[in-house]
Amino acid sequence: MADGIITLTTSTFDETVQSSDQPVIVDFWAEWCGPCKMIAPILSELATELAGQLKVAKLNVDDHPDLAMRFNVMSIPTLLVFDGGEVRKRLVGAKGKGQLLQELGEFLGTSSR
Amino acid sequence: MTRDIIIIGSGPAGLTAAIYTARANLAPLVIEGEPSSTSDQPGGQLMLTTEVENFPGFPDGIMGPELMMKFREQAARFGAEFLTAKVTKVDFSERPFKVWVRDDLYTADAIIVSTGAQSIMLGLEAEQRLLGHGLSTCATCDGFFFRGHEIAVVGGGDSAMEEALFLTKFATKVTIIHRRDALRASKIMQERAMANERIAFRWNGVVADLVGTDKLEGVVVQDTVTGERETLPVTGLFVAIGHRPNTDLFQGVLDMEDTGYLMTKSGSSYTNVDGVFACGDVQDHTYRQAITAAGSGCMAAIDAERWLEATRHA
Repeated sequence: MADGIITLTTSTFDETVQSSDQPVIVDFWAEWCGPCKMIAPILSELATELAGQLKVAKLNVDDHPDLAMRFNVMSIPTLLVFDGGEVRKRLVGAKGKGQLLQELGEFLGTSSR
Repeated sequence: MTRDIIIIGSGPAGLTAAIYTARANLAPLVIEGEPSSTSDQPGGQLMLTTEVENFPGFPDGIMGPELMMKFREQAARFGAEFLTAKVTKVDFSERPFKVWVRDDLYTADAIIVSTGAQSIMLGLEAEQRLLGHGLSTCATCDGFFFRGHEIAVVGGGDSAMEEALFLTKFATKVTIIHRRDALRASKIMQERAMANERIAFRWNGVVADLVGTDKLEGVVVQDTVTGERETLPVTGLFVAIGHRPNTDLFQGVLDMEDTGYLMTKSGSSYTNVDGVFACGDVQDHTYRQAITAAGSGCMAAIDAERWLEATRHA
């Protein structure tokens, strides 16, 4: 996780999103998805800028179709925000940084709880 | 700081204009747009395509996103500057011209508009609800999720054929729903689609409604001749019914046709505002190819360069 982004797998997924004391945003992506590549640098920036408030993780749907199916992901990129182990928000499609920050606003600034 | 030139949009037209103006030492700022899962994004419509077979210089074909990355690298190599944002407002009433990205103001002596076109959606109420849950704007992104499913593509042009052919890699059956009884796609694409055993056609049909609450369960097709409705039991629907130019920003500022396409002076990239040039699909509803967009981007760059020189030495 050189860029501050956690790489999830089937075996680490539940542990990571459920044990986190911060909200976790999970990027469902794949190598062949153009829009996924466009948002990758934005997610790296968010991981750095929001460190301590929010964790950023990614899941390759090609390698882990079981998890994509479990969360009804049928379009990528899909970003799921987990808080307390539950899906609190679903963002379908690539979005700009400003729009993402706005969508994530409700999950930020709660790190002191 | 007022720049020589700002280029709005970053498809083949905008990036070719960037390569030419950068090589002419005009240090262009390219405001390239924001990521999205529609064709309205940095790199433009080619970012959602797979193999591009008709761009000269690539005898073995090249992936659309890869081609656009190469365009961008080439522009950056000569000093083009990039801003990954969407222009929110323009003021072309006096020079230098003003361009805003939210509260940030950028000014330039010349502007090249290459904002392209984006896919038209169906305009159905169910669309927002089912987008990403069976309804998709990006076959290359989402085809994977329909392995073994029966799905449909709506549209009759080259994009629709390309998507349908691509989707047969995953789906067991792809029905192309088209409003007429003949396709407008190129002959080679028609032949490929017709020859594919997994592709079926539903002629004279329009999508009247979508079935399903949290995921797509069927598509209601209305026959354009008989008016009868039937439900096609598909779990995926890919929309490729055409494009509209991205010209909302320029309403009342630049002359446009009723369809929204910008008007340029014949054989040039000049718009009705002196110093503002247009190129690519935003002003072309006839050819709409990567190569014609690139060609018109080159024209806009040369027009802008000469215009700047003439204006400054006047």
